[in-house]
Amino acid sequence: MLKVTYIQYDGTAHDVFVPEGLSVMRGAVDNAVPGIDADCGGECACATCHVYVELEWLNKTGLPPEGSQEASMLSFAAVSQPNSRLACQIAMTPELDGLVVRLPEGQH
Amino acid sequence: MNAPVHFDPLSDAHAISLDQFDPSDPKLYQDDIYAPYFERLRREDPVHWRENGMYGSFWSITKYKDIMQVETNPQVFSSDYRLGGIIITDREMQYRRPSFISMDPPEHDEQRKVVSPIVAPMNLQKMAGTIRERTGRVLDGLPRGETFDFVPRVAIELTTQMLATLFDFPFEDRHKLTYWSDTVTADVNAGGEVDSEAKRFEILGQALEYFTRLWHERANSEPRPDLISMLAHGEATRDLYKKPQEFLGNLGLLIVGGNDTTRNSMSGGIWALNKHPDEYRKLRENPTLVTSLVPEIIRWQTPILHMRRNAVADFEVGGKQIRAGDKVIMWYISGNRDEEGIERPNEFIIDRARPRQHLSFGFGIHRCVGNRLAELQLTILWEEILKRFPMIELMDEPERLYSNQIHGITSLPVRIPA
Repeated sequence: MLKVTYIQYDGTAHDVFVPEGLSVMRGAVDNAVPGIDADCGGECACATCHVYVELEWLNKTGLPPEGSQEASMLSFAAVSQPNSRLACQIAMTPELDGLVVRLPEGQH
Repeated sequence: MNAPVHFDPLSDAHAISLDQFDPSDPKLYQDDIYAPYFERLRREDPVHWRENGMYGSFWSITKYKDIMQVETNPQVFSSDYRLGGIIITDREMQYRRPSFISMDPPEHDEQRKVVSPIVAPMNLQKMAGTIRERTGRVLDGLPRGETFDFVPRVAIELTTQMLATLFDFPFEDRHKLTYWSDTVTADVNAGGEVDSEAKRFEILGQALEYFTRLWHERANSEPRPDLISMLAHGEATRDLYKKPQEFLGNLGLLIVGGNDTTRNSMSGGIWALNKHPDEYRKLRENPTLVTSLVPEIIRWQTPILHMRRNAVADFEVGGKQIRAGDKVIMWYISGNRDEEGIERPNEFIIDRARPRQHLSFGFGIHRCVGNRLAELQLTILWEEILKRFPMIELMDEPERLYSNQIHGITSLPVRIPA
């Protein structure tokens, strides 16, 4: 199991253990972490699992490729930042053990 | 061309040959008899070709996962108005009104981004107080112990007030917005005032005149957070007023988007809860269930019946070969009842585990921009209803709209016990 910390907009942190291969979105939804809506269930089609990756993890998660569906969906999100990702598009690997992501004010 | 095959919507849905079935017949939705037909399509022919139907020849996509596939492949399934746009009706080019929903990237993206901040989380928080106060006022004005029509008294009134705020539209003229919205979506065969595209064009000419005046006022003032000002100052949209059809198209989109959908979900919620008294009781006993009630109402009602795409390349969906040039209709009303996409889809369950996993807002780049505002309006409405009335009773069956696009309730007789 791999650790992910989700920090809500109000600062509350949730530590969750996610099996390898599962997405960061699934880790939140399966453990009832508030602030991730995931309306489309992981199809990269709604941008309601938007997270900000903590900067020290960004080189490991990477950014969505230019022109990808994820980049396109994120461009419509209300409060997107350079470290924005859709959590459904980050699959957990051993090198992401300990990952920290912050949640936006609202999913939209 | 083959002669059109006649379809009688009152025929036996279980016995009819599927070649005869025409999902575009608005009677199906007006008479609320569509369900068994789509059940059969999902089972027997989930990606269904209809030749020469009332609204032309088209594919019907009826399963949740197939709809998702079409939604997430905008490179293959175009929304471009020049190819046919997003609604099943084929209009002559002169009557097509482009807007960002009927465009593909990059034009779509640039225009959508101009208006989307109005429904950003921070802005919704700011609007919540006003919405609650107005909702309370409308509910407090309702009669007790006598039958009234919920549609004009509550659903239309609340959505019209909201629209007026979003556009910063003169409040006393707000009913024009509803009128224009109904004009944009009216089926010319419905027997109403809009009986031809020319008539629609004429009525929308009044809207164009009114909005052009507001536009110039806003363009000549400092930018403000209302839709007209945002469009008038937005880099991708500031010249819209020079293109009357596109100007009208975008205004029409925003008006319809904020009007029909929420209005019919408000009425649809009353209807659904009355048809499921155990769920209504559950809600009364635990008002916090409003959070999951609201998306379940939106799924149950599915206020937009379909969206159209236009294939620009050959592509396989659900084992069928779709060809470049084909018209493709995603029936959200069917996908939202697909048991392979949603658990127990034919049950209205106000405390579902994943209530927001439904197709009513669409998915992908054209997903409803106002979806969180719609949820907020409905949430506040139900919170305020539950504070005041243990019950809003359905007194008779609703009357429904003749349309294959808007799943509309035109009249809903209800009573609040004295």
